[in-house]
Amino acid sequence: MQAFFHQLLSGIAIGSIYAAVALALVMIFKATHQVNFAQGELAMFSTYIALTLIHLGVPYPIAFVLTICSSFVIGVAIERLIMRPFRHAPPLTPVIVFIGLLIGINGLAGWQFSPVSQSFPSPFPDHAWYGTTYLSPHEIGMIAVTLIVLGIVFAFFRYTKLGLAMRAAAENPASSRLVGIRVGWMLALGWGLASALGSVAGMMAAPIVSLDPNMMGQILLYAFAAALLGGIDNPWGAPIGGFLIGITENLAGAYVVGEKLKLPLALAVIILVLLFKPSGLFGRTVVVRV
Amino acid sequence: MTALLELQNVDASYGNTQVLRGVTLSVEEGGLVALLGANGAGKTTTLRAICNMGLHVRGEIRLAGKRIDGQATESIVRQGVGHVPEGRGTFLSLSVEENLRLGAYLRRDRKVSDDFERVFGYFPVLRQRIQQQAGTLSGGEQQMLAIARALMSRPRLLLLDEPSFGLAPILVQEIFKILRVINKEENMAMLLVEQNARLALDLVNHVFLLETGRVVTSGPPQQIAADESVRRAYLGQ
Amino acid sequence: MVTESAAISSPVRARRVTPFTGVVVALLVIAVVAPFALSGFRVLQLTHIVIYAVAVLGLNLLTGFSGQISLGNGAFWALGSYTGVILLTYCGVPYWATPVASGAVCFILGYLFGRVATRLEGLYLALGTFALAIATPQILKLDAFEKWTGGSQGVVMSKPRSPIAALDDDQWLYLFCLLVAIILFTVAWNIVRGRTGRALSALRDHPIAAGTLTIDTLAYKSITFGVSAMYTGIAGGLSAIVTGFISPDSFPIFLSIQLLVGGVLGGIASIFGTLFGAAFIELVPDLAKSLSDSAPAVLYGVLLIVCMKVMPGGVAGLAYRTRSWLIHRSSHRSSHRIRT
Repeated sequence: MQAFFHQLLSGIAIGSIYAAVALALVMIFKATHQVNFAQGELAMFSTYIALTLIHLGVPYPIAFVLTICSSFVIGVAIERLIMRPFRHAPPLTPVIVFIGLLIGINGLAGWQFSPVSQSFPSPFPDHAWYGTTYLSPHEIGMIAVTLIVLGIVFAFFRYTKLGLAMRAAAENPASSRLVGIRVGWMLALGWGLASALGSVAGMMAAPIVSLDPNMMGQILLYAFAAALLGGIDNPWGAPIGGFLIGITENLAGAYVVGEKLKLPLALAVIILVLLFKPSGLFGRTVVVRV
Repeated sequence: MTALLELQNVDASYGNTQVLRGVTLSVEEGGLVALLGANGAGKTTTLRAICNMGLHVRGEIRLAGKRIDGQATESIVRQGVGHVPEGRGTFLSLSVEENLRLGAYLRRDRKVSDDFERVFGYFPVLRQRIQQQAGTLSGGEQQMLAIARALMSRPRLLLLDEPSFGLAPILVQEIFKILRVINKEENMAMLLVEQNARLALDLVNHVFLLETGRVVTSGPPQQIAADESVRRAYLGQ
Repeated sequence: MVTESAAISSPVRARRVTPFTGVVVALLVIAVVAPFALSGFRVLQLTHIVIYAVAVLGLNLLTGFSGQISLGNGAFWALGSYTGVILLTYCGVPYWATPVASGAVCFILGYLFGRVATRLEGLYLALGTFALAIATPQILKLDAFEKWTGGSQGVVMSKPRSPIAALDDDQWLYLFCLLVAIILFTVAWNIVRGRTGRALSALRDHPIAAGTLTIDTLAYKSITFGVSAMYTGIAGGLSAIVTGFISPDSFPIFLSIQLLVGGVLGGIASIFGTLFGAAFIELVPDLAKSLSDSAPAVLYGVLLIVCMKVMPGGVAGLAYRTRSWLIHRSSHRSSHRIRT
């Protein structure tokens, strides 16, 4: 029974990473109707920035905040400089651009930082008072940080003027312009936020999976599954999907299919969701008007 | 006196299809003007050209003497133009309150709550529905919401694209009455595009008639109504 | 969607010698003569290009001609490779017969996958196939399959020997692959120019309208998936023969990505574009490595983005635009002449 709880809670912990990345994917999808295939690489790159700062002697909390800020700026810059010129392109073109970003950022990380796997520190000490038999302090910290960050993001969208403007711009760009919203900049902000979210996920995941340029590949796949499960256009569904996938992955891996089949399991989830309920658990069914 | 809105020889096209050919019209400060014409005459296109919404515009468009053609929609709106678009453009997944707040997006001053009151004064039903999701409102309520949203920014000029569309005549009369009140009390100029000429003629004090992208007649509503050929062609609807 | 493909837009004409035929003949001659003029390494590269061309053609048939985006063709490549290897190693089938088997197996599985997957549109199909491609190496590493796949260590095969004294092994393999490619290209050409091709274009450009005609949309889409998988599988089978070694890690997501890159850069609805696309994905990564020792991937990524900006329709699109511009200029000049 103890083992079961351990798996369950661990699943929630790793699910928090998927939740954050899934939310980032959904944010960009809602605003642009495109899937950011390079989301994982952006998160990984930001994590390297954090590591560099830490190695330079910057205290972790400051490095954390600086990384989030720089990640935000990078996201905005990518949208303005790289994605914006392609906003009127045929649908296949942005996919190649994302691929170019994916390959380029991956290579950039390996070049600028290091292609070799490195360890990344956790801000939560190994033997903190809040450690339990079921969860390590880092895992508890992960869940806490993710919930706090998710809370901040949701409060931002719900209660601030800018958040409202971003929601409006994603839903109806034409009407948004008619009330004076600069839709282009709202897109850029969305990218910035998504990138910042991804950086948090990266910094939380790195102590567990250790930092190397390919660290986010698998996480991205799980995040896709989570986003689809929650409804690719539903920001509330994404985190729920993330936690569900985390739990399912852990429990299934431990009791049903074994470690090796965890990735194909994610694939199976994706395909099943796409087949039977493409709008996910909470998404709106897409009706195509003929 | 310079007109508030002036279009001089405006051409407009969607891609390769030209819709407006040399449109010239004007709206005075505090004026109440209707743009009439048959289906496809270019009425909606004219309003979209004024706000530069996704088409190619040539010619001159001036707001209070300043050229606005070629500017981004957001900038044009910033200068005091409110636009209630075709199809209302409501943010369907957001609440009534959020829609109205968005209408006031450009307002920097703190009096926005006063504007809520003002708008509820014109459309009391919105107060009752304030937290409701906009997509669940009836057609008439959505139309009121769309107009209210445009009013929130206190525009100098209000563009309305077929506010009567899909609404029962009684409702349309009520809305038009409110428009007249707003025009009087706030000296807000209005340019109204309408398919339903009869109701529009009762409301406005000047009419432009559009036919295949050109202004063919203009004048006070009584004159337009009295013109036999015009009546046969357009008002018999 | 890119629609400017000479293959589809022009009507089927009677056979006659045109500049177009000349180009094809010239290409064939060059292709056949090339291995004798080049070093062994270059011949190997050419072989890879020919194999990629077959796979990219398969992807083009799916994405360019019937509008279904697939990021997962690497899975069929892997399937084709393993089919060929298993038949060769455990069943004693001669290497030159294995592409047929690879093709058949992949066609069937591709068709079945298509029946399931064609219910998905655009983005969802892309995501589903993307997931398939990422999971493929893991699936191949499963213990259940180890007996056949050789597990993580993979399978080594002996390289086929050339039966003709005048040709060395590399040249023979190249010509063998070239022959297979020529057959497959000709088949694709005929598909695309015929009634099936027009049906596919209708599917791509007006999927809803096409559904209201007597075209059985689901069947066509599934068959296209099958054909696309078949081509990719044959390419995979050829690749295994040429390389002599495969393991689950030979088929990373990068393979599927590269196939799509090759397709789009060549021109997603162009048969000739596939040649350029195949050459690109074979040669440019190495070129990037030689230009930048430390960050070839960055160069490659930047190049992809720049290419998309400069030629969104791929090389074929660029060729089409240039041709239109030339035609426009000359007609402008001639109409000018008429006026004076």
